[in-house]
Amino acid sequence: MKFGVVTFPGSNCDYDAYRAVVDTFGEQAAYIWHKDHDLQDSDVVILPGGFSYGDYLRPGAIARFSPVMREVIAHANRGGPVLAICNGFQIACEAGLLPGALLRNDSLRFVSSAVNLRVENAATMFSSGYSEGQVITVPIAHGDGRFTADEEVVSELESAGRVVFRYVSPAGDVDPSFNPNGSVNSIAGIINEAGNVLGMMPHPERALDDRLGSSDGRALFESLLAKVEA
Amino acid sequence: MKPYRVSVHITPRRGILDPQGKAVEGALHSLGFPEVRDVHVGRHIVIETEAASDDDARDSVRRMCERLLANPVTEDFEIESASET
Repeated sequence: MKFGVVTFPGSNCDYDAYRAVVDTFGEQAAYIWHKDHDLQDSDVVILPGGFSYGDYLRPGAIARFSPVMREVIAHANRGGPVLAICNGFQIACEAGLLPGALLRNDSLRFVSSAVNLRVENAATMFSSGYSEGQVITVPIAHGDGRFTADEEVVSELESAGRVVFRYVSPAGDVDPSFNPNGSVNSIAGIINEAGNVLGMMPHPERALDDRLGSSDGRALFESLLAKVEA
Repeated sequence: MKPYRVSVHITPRRGILDPQGKAVEGALHSLGFPEVRDVHVGRHIVIETEAASDDDARDSVRRMCERLLANPVTEDFEIESASET
């Protein structure tokens, strides 16, 4: 199985994502430069974290017009999986692949720490390796992660099971003091209606080895591998 | 075509938490401006462009706002002026 990792000017987690799939899972991966128009036969596209275009104007606002996004959007519209992490989530929202927007953290601070996430929907191609309600530990590192959307959009996401991950306390409870950025309903990750585009602020590609703090991100990649290879 | 200078004010949509505005409001209160009731921090973009008329210049900048300059989910924009330079 082949992962295509898109590199925008200012991406800084592309290497992490590439090494994650190659070293941890022994899969193929390719870097895709944002000016390319060729996804190099990737089965899964990863929009990685970073600060594309220096976050000028708004995070993701300029990257969404990068040439490669035309092919990424076409891939998504064909049902191809897209994993959009952190800045990738911001780009996916700006590109209209996912609803809503990511605004400045309510604390106005950049937050870099491990957080607890509750798996809200374990029936997606990205989360079938988890069990519903499972609490996992995954790092975050962002300044603009406050998920915001119109009320109707939020209630649609909630009622359709499209909230995949939520920030919670270690015991698994939704609690404002464990919401690191002020996201509405403590939303940490959402999926599109078709179920093939996942956007999340936390970094599963940095949670693959207990020696580095957590291996709870492994099941996300294992879910994808099981689904796409099936 | 004539040269135009168009200003755009982009502000967080009312009702959406604006922590930057709140922080500035708090700072103004502590600096001795208790009369301040609300602050919103946005962006001011100045575009020098060419257009056939004032209306065309505004219309073109409005489309720029819808496509790139403002996020329709979270921001409002106002085209402040379209004066000939």
